[in-house]
Amino acid sequence: MSAAAGWLRGLLLPLVSVLLGLLAGAVAVLLSGTSPIDAYVALFQGAFTNTNAFPETLVSAIPYVFLGLSVAVGFRAGLFNIGGAGQLFAGGICAAFAGYRLTGVPAAVHLPLALLAGMLGGFVYGAIPGLLKARFGAHEVITTIMLNYVAANLTDLLVNKGPMSDPHTGSPQTPQMLLSARLPIIVPGSRLHLGLFLAILVVPVVWFLVERTTIGFRIRAVGLNAGAARAAGISVGWTMTTVMGISGALAGLAGAVQVLGVSGVLTPSLSSGVAFDAIAVALLAGSNAYAVLPAALLFGALKSGASFMQLQTQVSADLISIVQAAVIVFVAAPLLVRWLFRLRSVPAAPVSITEGGLGQAPPREGVA
Amino acid sequence: MRGGGEEGDRRYPPTQRSGVLGDAYAVDTGARDQTPVLALGLRGIVKTYGALRANDGVDLTVRWGEVHALLGENGAGKSTLMNVVYGLTRADEGQVIFDGQPVRVSSPTDAIRLGIGMVHQHFMLIPTLTVAENIVLGHETARRGLIDLRAACQAVTELAAHHGLEVDAGARVADLSVGLQQRVEILKALYRGARLLVLDEPTAVLTPPEAERLFEVVHQLTASGRAVIFITHKLGEVMAVADRITVMRRGRVVATTSPGESSPSELARLMVGRPVLLRVERGEAHPRDPVLRLEDLTVEDDRHQVAVDGVSLEVRAGEIVGVAGVEGNGQDHLVEAILGLRHARHGRVLLGSRDITRDTTRRVLIQGVGHIPADRHAAGAILDLTVADNLVLSRYDRQPFARWLIRQLTAVLEHARRVISAFDIRAESPAQPLGSLSGGNQQKVVVARELDGDPRVLVASQPTRGVDVGSIEFIHQQLVRRRDEGMAVLLVSSELDEILSLADRVAVMYRGRLVALLAGDDIESERIGLLMAGAA
Repeated sequence: MSAAAGWLRGLLLPLVSVLLGLLAGAVAVLLSGTSPIDAYVALFQGAFTNTNAFPETLVSAIPYVFLGLSVAVGFRAGLFNIGGAGQLFAGGICAAFAGYRLTGVPAAVHLPLALLAGMLGGFVYGAIPGLLKARFGAHEVITTIMLNYVAANLTDLLVNKGPMSDPHTGSPQTPQMLLSARLPIIVPGSRLHLGLFLAILVVPVVWFLVERTTIGFRIRAVGLNAGAARAAGISVGWTMTTVMGISGALAGLAGAVQVLGVSGVLTPSLSSGVAFDAIAVALLAGSNAYAVLPAALLFGALKSGASFMQLQTQVSADLISIVQAAVIVFVAAPLLVRWLFRLRSVPAAPVSITEGGLGQAPPREGVA
Repeated sequence: MRGGGEEGDRRYPPTQRSGVLGDAYAVDTGARDQTPVLALGLRGIVKTYGALRANDGVDLTVRWGEVHALLGENGAGKSTLMNVVYGLTRADEGQVIFDGQPVRVSSPTDAIRLGIGMVHQHFMLIPTLTVAENIVLGHETARRGLIDLRAACQAVTELAAHHGLEVDAGARVADLSVGLQQRVEILKALYRGARLLVLDEPTAVLTPPEAERLFEVVHQLTASGRAVIFITHKLGEVMAVADRITVMRRGRVVATTSPGESSPSELARLMVGRPVLLRVERGEAHPRDPVLRLEDLTVEDDRHQVAVDGVSLEVRAGEIVGVAGVEGNGQDHLVEAILGLRHARHGRVLLGSRDITRDTTRRVLIQGVGHIPADRHAAGAILDLTVADNLVLSRYDRQPFARWLIRQLTAVLEHARRVISAFDIRAESPAQPLGSLSGGNQQKVVVARELDGDPRVLVASQPTRGVDVGSIEFIHQQLVRRRDEGMAVLLVSSELDEILSLADRVAVMYRGRLVALLAGDDIESERIGLLMAGAA
């Protein structure tokens, strides 16, 4: 099989899954008594063609890129990091702190510093469950879920009349980020910020890290066969801790970019489900760094088009949750899709039984 | 699971389908008319997996009352063929005739109903249940919805006594030896009315005396009119147990013969397709200084039970020291302790004059220890990585394969090409996934990786397990060549033949202890076999 053919085959499953997901959504719309065509047209307009719709779609897609990569990197080591939300908060807290407390620093230093602070926060917060797994065998799914609660409540504690809250407003939020730490708007009149370039830039970096560095080799080796990695002298525990840290750093970066690029303040609503959607992004992308980009764009478009669709057709914006969920079901159940479309091998023909003589054929002697 | 409505009231002893004889356990040998009915007839079985023709028009006839050995290398199609017979896979083409009737076996349930039983290489037993519970599982006699355990125990005891397969029906399976567990598997098949019994590599896990005992059992079964298909790749076994032999190669039957008409070397030639050296040519060893020394090494298993009990052993440069023993007598733990994969509780491991007992695996490897792990799939190699990546698995981050943190893929590929040709690894490209190679070539990759690093001592654990005869020959030659060049080799193997043909000295392990250290003329099969079984 040529490389191109293999590549196309890899593309087929996610594409079919997305189409099936949209189809499942259409059935839901139909059941609610609206035309699915109207709904999807409105969704498309709201995501791409309306004024400022496309920049807004990109704004929604940016955190999906970072978070999708975060989950994907974990997958490569065989780890399921669902602590994206917590690591996002950890990154948001650190970035916000750097963003409003550090004064008198030029933007060229302040912004990178705030972003770095976010990554560092996410790294540490992600490495904790990695370390717990390496040392005590604590399952990362359990620990990261728990740490999500910790981070969300910690954020609430800090910004809701806490040490990081803005004394001048009554609402639970930090003071505004200083201008020197803000990600500048790149399309005037929209909310699209410089984070877009950062997102596009980080994809090849992550790809290179996983595919071309010794750290990435360790990650893949552990993910594919921890026993063999160990026998080859690779420290499995250390690798798990590193990869969870890297995964956390990417989630932390998402938090930093949201605070510094979109909201300008840190609020307890920073995550709002985006980290969980990102698991779906990574699954759809098959944990391939480059494939995260289109997957994130799709999820961004669904998210940003939903409200216009609701406005226009009275179809609840929750429809996109159905579509997303259905897409994941189909991605996660490739056999189902293959069966639906008879992709790949046709089931073997049944054994043909004919009336045959009983033992007439002499046993073959010697070399046949 | 019960076999459906018509079997609802099935009780022990299982009903015989093709006739009732006086003896409830005996089998209709099919002597109803002049022509003897065959137990099993396969006609033109074809089974393909993608481009691979695992079975390419296979014909096979098995008579009642015979032990029919199915001989072939891994990948020859033996298992596929038997999976077709047992209903685990469906053939693309061909015909299955059982006891004179064309049949359609589309699941193991069908097979069991017909009277075909199979004992898999990996036992399908529930360790926490008793022998009787395991045997009647799925065919329980129930009384008011409760399993009648007493009846089950009694039935099993009777059945066992009849076949001379004594086993304590009330014992927990987990507490039984492997040999006894296998006996339980055979009883399970018999309880379900098996008249044709398929044994898949049954001696792989047995001690030589246990294997002898199994052969007796097999002959008893055939004496009662049953048929046994004995899958194996061991030539000695075939000669000892079989009435007739069918040899498969590359999905085809290449010959059907019998022990009287054939010889081990002839069978090897048929299996491989060319003449094979069954025993590698090996001159005198010229051992020099000790390289690896184990001093009173004690190792615990995961449950803190002593697995290696005060083992002291020396491996000198230029010699092969074999560690013989039935699997599970501490060899794996011993190897893990040497490699730093497991902590020693007591004692020391010395490499030259350096104490490496507490070193990490990475340090141990760097200091010149090569390691061929016993389980290729679990520890030896990563099937989803490329051949080239597997060839640098333990050196991926060292010069010239990496500079700083960046992998140097050109160097990795270059290295792979060189090693592939030096070790005659059959791969289309160094960039193909290791899993796409045959088992023998996968193992050659592991061996090549370890030997290419020029270790001072090589710890080779089951280096030829699951490997075709041709590759075994090659790997053995390599080990001997390296020995002659001055490498110290610790060879851990549960294959007695391998130990006999390679080792200059033999340490026998039994229950974690080194029960004997033999050299010279003392290295002799019967003696080692007895030691392995704990008879000292």
